[in-house]
Amino acid sequence: TTSNINGTTNLVIRGTMLFSVGVFLALVLNLLQVQRNVTLFPPDVISSIFSSAWWVPPCCGTASAMIGLLYPCIDSRLGEPHKFKREWSSVMRCVAVFVGINHASAKVDFANNVQLSLTLAALSIGLWWTFDRSRSGFGLGIGIALLATLATQLLVYNGVFQYTSPDFLYIRSWLPCIFFAGVITMGNIGRQLALYEYKVVQEKTHQD
Amino acid sequence: MTLRERLREKISAAFYHHGLLCASYPVPIILFTSASILTCCYPLLRLPLPGTGPVEFTTGVRDYTVPSHEPQGDLGERPDWYRGPPVAYIQQVLVKAAVSPWDSSLVPVDVFRSPLGRVFSLLEEIRNHVHSDSTGVRSLEALCLQVTDLLPGLRRMQSVLPEHGCLLVSPGNYWQNQRELFDSDPDPLKTIQKHEPKGLHTSATLRDLLFGVPGKHTGVSHYNRKRVVTYTITVVLVSYDTRFLGSLRSRLKQLHPSANCSLRDDHMVHVHFKEEIGIAELIPLVTTYIILFAYIYFSTRKIDMVKSKWGLALAAVVTVLSSLLMSVGLCTLFGLTPTLNGGEIFPYLVVVIGLENVLVLTKSVVSTPVDLEVKLRIAQGLSNESWSIMKNMATELCIILIGYFTLVPAIQEFCLFAVVGLVSDFFLQMFFFTTVLSIDIRRMELADLNRRLPAEAGLPPPKPGPLRPREAPPPPRPSPHTITLQTPAFRNLRLPKRLRVVYFLARTRLAQRIIMVGTVIWIGILVYTDPAGLRTYLAAQVSEQSPLGDSGGGGLPPHLGVAPVFHAGDPTSTLSVLPAPEPTPLPENQSQGHHGSAGAGPRPQVPPAVPQITWGAEDEEGWRRLSFRHWPSLFSYYNITLAKRYISILPVIPVTLHLSPQEAIETRHPQDTRHPPPPIPKVSADLQTDLTLYKVAALGLAAGVLLVLLLFCLYRVLCPRNYGQNGVAHGRRRRGDLPCDDYGYSPPVSEISPLLLRGHSMDIECLASDGMLLASCCLAGQIRVWDAQTGDCLTVIPNHGLRRSSSSGCWEQRDGWDNCHLLRRRSVPARPTLFTDQPDLTPLIDTNFTCQPPSHLATPPRGGFDFGGLVERAYLEHESPSPSTYPSPSSAASSSPPSAAHLQRRRSLGDAPTLPAQDRASTAGTQATADWDSSVWAMELRGNLIAAGRSSGKLELWDAVEGSLRCSNEDGVSGITALAFLNNRIVAARLNGSLDFFTVEINKPLGLLQYRGAPGRGSMPPSPCYSSEDVISCQLTRSVQCAHQKPITVLRAAAGRVVTGSQDHTVRVYRLEDSCCLFTLQGHSGGITAIYIDQTMVLASGGQDGAICLWDVLTGSRVSHVYGHRGDVTSLVCTTSCVISSGLDDLICIWDRSTGIKLYSIQQEVGCGASLGVISESLLVTGGQGCVSFWDLNFGDLLQTVYLGQSSDGQGVRQLLVLDNAAIVCDFGSELSLVYVPSVLEKLD
Repeated sequence: TTSNINGTTNLVIRGTMLFSVGVFLALVLNLLQVQRNVTLFPPDVISSIFSSAWWVPPCCGTASAMIGLLYPCIDSRLGEPHKFKREWSSVMRCVAVFVGINHASAKVDFANNVQLSLTLAALSIGLWWTFDRSRSGFGLGIGIALLATLATQLLVYNGVFQYTSPDFLYIRSWLPCIFFAGVITMGNIGRQLALYEYKVVQEKTHQD
Repeated sequence: MTLRERLREKISAAFYHHGLLCASYPVPIILFTSASILTCCYPLLRLPLPGTGPVEFTTGVRDYTVPSHEPQGDLGERPDWYRGPPVAYIQQVLVKAAVSPWDSSLVPVDVFRSPLGRVFSLLEEIRNHVHSDSTGVRSLEALCLQVTDLLPGLRRMQSVLPEHGCLLVSPGNYWQNQRELFDSDPDPLKTIQKHEPKGLHTSATLRDLLFGVPGKHTGVSHYNRKRVVTYTITVVLVSYDTRFLGSLRSRLKQLHPSANCSLRDDHMVHVHFKEEIGIAELIPLVTTYIILFAYIYFSTRKIDMVKSKWGLALAAVVTVLSSLLMSVGLCTLFGLTPTLNGGEIFPYLVVVIGLENVLVLTKSVVSTPVDLEVKLRIAQGLSNESWSIMKNMATELCIILIGYFTLVPAIQEFCLFAVVGLVSDFFLQMFFFTTVLSIDIRRMELADLNRRLPAEAGLPPPKPGPLRPREAPPPPRPSPHTITLQTPAFRNLRLPKRLRVVYFLARTRLAQRIIMVGTVIWIGILVYTDPAGLRTYLAAQVSEQSPLGDSGGGGLPPHLGVAPVFHAGDPTSTLSVLPAPEPTPLPENQSQGHHGSAGAGPRPQVPPAVPQITWGAEDEEGWRRLSFRHWPSLFSYYNITLAKRYISILPVIPVTLHLSPQEAIETRHPQDTRHPPPPIPKVSADLQTDLTLYKVAALGLAAGVLLVLLLFCLYRVLCPRNYGQNGVAHGRRRRGDLPCDDYGYSPPVSEISPLLLRGHSMDIECLASDGMLLASCCLAGQIRVWDAQTGDCLTVIPNHGLRRSSSSGCWEQRDGWDNCHLLRRRSVPARPTLFTDQPDLTPLIDTNFTCQPPSHLATPPRGGFDFGGLVERAYLEHESPSPSTYPSPSSAASSSPPSAAHLQRRRSLGDAPTLPAQDRASTAGTQATADWDSSVWAMELRGNLIAAGRSSGKLELWDAVEGSLRCSNEDGVSGITALAFLNNRIVAARLNGSLDFFTVEINKPLGLLQYRGAPGRGSMPPSPCYSSEDVISCQLTRSVQCAHQKPITVLRAAAGRVVTGSQDHTVRVYRLEDSCCLFTLQGHSGGITAIYIDQTMVLASGGQDGAICLWDVLTGSRVSHVYGHRGDVTSLVCTTSCVISSGLDDLICIWDRSTGIKLYSIQQEVGCGASLGVISESLLVTGGQGCVSFWDLNFGDLLQTVYLGQSSDGQGVRQLLVLDNAAIVCDFGSELSLVYVPSVLEKLD
């Protein structure tokens, strides 16, 4: 039973950390988008502290926690532990590139949307190739990106928020790329955190 | 030889020469590099300092002309941006209005209602102002900036801000510029407040925009001490027309003269705005920087095995940073002025360039053989990594090239920078970092020279460096065949002082903390110095508090000294064509009078009965008091950006309005009097602003505390105390602590109960198993065979030669043992506690006496105790079924003269040539060939045959079940140090370096050979089972006399290969079938101490130099070579993905097999370093003090610790054997322990 409890606490700790990372990234990256008027929220919300609706960060946080826990879980289920670049420096590099992709999507002025989307897609695939290279990671990334895109379409369709210049039904066509890169990034963080699973627990018991 | 190969060779050679060059002339190269860095950075001096605050430039009004687009040569102080027409000209009409004299019958609303009401007539006046002269008629409509729609996100402002027309803003916009709406508005203040944003805001608010003065200064509130209302009418003009503006100015001044106004109106200010970085944009920026620092931190932490870790980390960071600076400098030099925001792309550039190359270089150089010269080490390290470095660089350049062809200007520019950055980074790596690394390695060599034991005489003599006298004296040189080792604790004490300081720093993590604090301070400075950030916001808040506060941040350029030509209220040559509406009769006298009385001095507390309107210097450029995002935000509402453009602000037109109380009362709304303001507002108004400030402060504080806590938590969670560090840093454990408690936590509950196998009287020396059976041999020479499943003792093969163990004899025997224990593949570290093991014999002796037959009492007294009696009964049991069925040479012949090493090695229990005659006689009678004189040095078990190699050089084959000697071979005279038993072949390595191949032949009477399938994974060929009827003979098929120059220390056989390792630094590979030597593998700079080979032909070897080599058995080439241990490598195991090594430093290191990168390391118990085994692909088991620990190999986590028994706490597990049925056997002292790992069994199935 002790190991059970340990496992649960551990999962909760990891989930919490992933959640906070997700919330933080969502706030920061949304800020980038809002600044450039890519997404529009009702105007009175704009001037509130972090310039987005309240429900966005928690959603992103929950999603990232789920993804971050799912990746190591799937790795262990498939029985192929992720061995590629298991270092924090690599994870940090991955996060930096992800922020960079967002930055580019928000700030760089492209000639047309197709070019922008293609560039971002190439960047996302490059991110996967540089930091992940696992088939499970790719599949999961694609799947979740599609789901998230669908969800966003529905949200925009229902008028929760809108994009200034939609070019892919109701949303921007680069959104799936961003989702994909985000999934890869969170999966990377989750895997790295899973490495420390036991150490966290052990250290805690020691402190008690 | 393909082109690729040739290229690779060329590159490698080039790098080698370059490494030699760098290491040979470090100082000139560093000087050269620094010079080139400075040269490349020189153009940066000309770049303006980064900053986002607006820049001002003042010109005179009179001689103003629109600046041309072309840059004009030497216009002195004229800034670069002052080219072309401005985005707009801003003309503000500053209105100050007051109801005077103040009447006690007036209500507070009157303070602002009628003054605000006047704005409509003024607006009318301005809108309708027309100037006509000979050049034509001009009106405001023609000159003003015509705006279109507001941005779609600003629907709520649609009613307030003008659309489709002149951009003319005033407080009248609140009421759509209609007097009627204003008059019917019951509460104007509420209307104004309605549009204010909720929460915090960093940009200009609507109120600021419309009033044109900071909210605090408008005087539009219920509580207004001065009773003066100030607001502006802002006219945005697209073109500058002197005459029209002049006529407007004089007209307004004529209508509403400001008597005491001495505002200068002779200069206009051009304000240039840069790319904005607001606080909102700062957050992503700060985030990227935080990520960048985390990246640098985690990268540099991997630098290992160098003299000064932090020095190298600093060098790495300097390399990357200066390469970026160089790239910017070079780009500027060639005229590519950076238009990108440098601060924003900088982190991405660092991430793109990366620190990986630097780390790879360090690792490569560090893992070159230590005994080489520094120059050669650097050169080798460089050339080893040359190909991968070039490949990486080519890949990156390709990616960047692809990025360049996206044809997006921003990305192209980024790519250009990245290319130059990459190239300069490569340059710096090759010259700067390599040189720094060579200096570091040289320093380490000097410091290490005496600590690292010279493994051979061929080492270069110690350089007489300045460090030499401070070092501890070198230990006495050991004899060539033995090595004296200090205990680990002792070795720690002899660390140099500097190293101890470093360890102290590492233990307290001082440097990490300093870096953290530094980062926080740096971010703070970043925020503080950024003019768009918090500071301005706070400054604005503060300046709102104090009415006289000057918020014009940044030094203003001095106004051009143009003498005032227009005097206040002096109408110059302008004419107004349209008749102005009848001006309101002004109470001139009163105004003057009040002004006079004002000279008497202000009464600070009591509100003046008569409001006075004063014009001061602060009104001259009232817009300065506004947030400097005021203009950008006004224009941004219409999708006009001011970034990198400028606007020209014309001198304000002052308008003074005095209203009579009569008028104020007339304009009242019926509700104004009905709702007398509550007395509280007075306080609340002040409180409100105060509260905002406090709220901001509290919020900031809370956020800061939260951030620090979060960082701290992340730090604690992410950086466990001993991440990948060599165990020295976290201090040695105290004696008596919980066992296996290296990580500071108590071990989890054990669910696995070990099986204790007792019976041996002395320490167990040899351990062998074939999965079903388990054979052990103790120092007393007794061999016991156990059932590996149940733990039952099946057979005891006693040794009759035991004679003496007097205490004095033991001491010297122990010394001899300590001197040479390293010759054996199992190393028992010499530590003082071993001597306490000695009294183990006492219980044995006691039992001996109780059951001893009286005849044994007659043994000579100098023989001490008769150990033969201990096994008397067991021996008697086996006497009957083992009649000798084959002829054998006499045992007396076996006492051949042992070699010198032999004598030195162990004159211990078994060797004592004091055999009583009666024992000898009985031995000769029953088992004529058994050699009781010598001790068993090596043992192997296959099927039910035990092969035992004795110190006398004799090889014996015993039946494991029956305990009978089946055959023996005495062809060799030198002691057998290692045995390998594979199929029907036995390979014996001898102390004199020769290698003997034996063949076991079984002559079955029935011609039938039974095979018993070996349990387990089937990796092992099935061992033949010999029945007792078989006649077994053991023939020496081949003897390689000089297999090695020095004693063979390790012997392993698998996959048809026999691998030997020797003190002579070489590893040899033989084929088992024909005993042919295939390869001699050279690469170690010390004696070989550990070898691993398995069915998949993976060969790994470890030596006394702490190096681990992986070899390709098929080609004999070295695959990888790493330095992992300070001291001997004592044990080596490979799995499909990693290599596990343990060393005398009690550290278990796990390496990635393909790349040779150290994944992590586990600090072991003192003296238990050698005991390790791999149960499955991901389960590692290690021995500890009285316990074994299970580790997850993938993650390096401790899974479980199993205690072997209460009595065994003090003794460490020295030998550990993993059986095929997922059980492990380990010895501690005289006991064996059998531990089943049930979970692994399930996994295997």
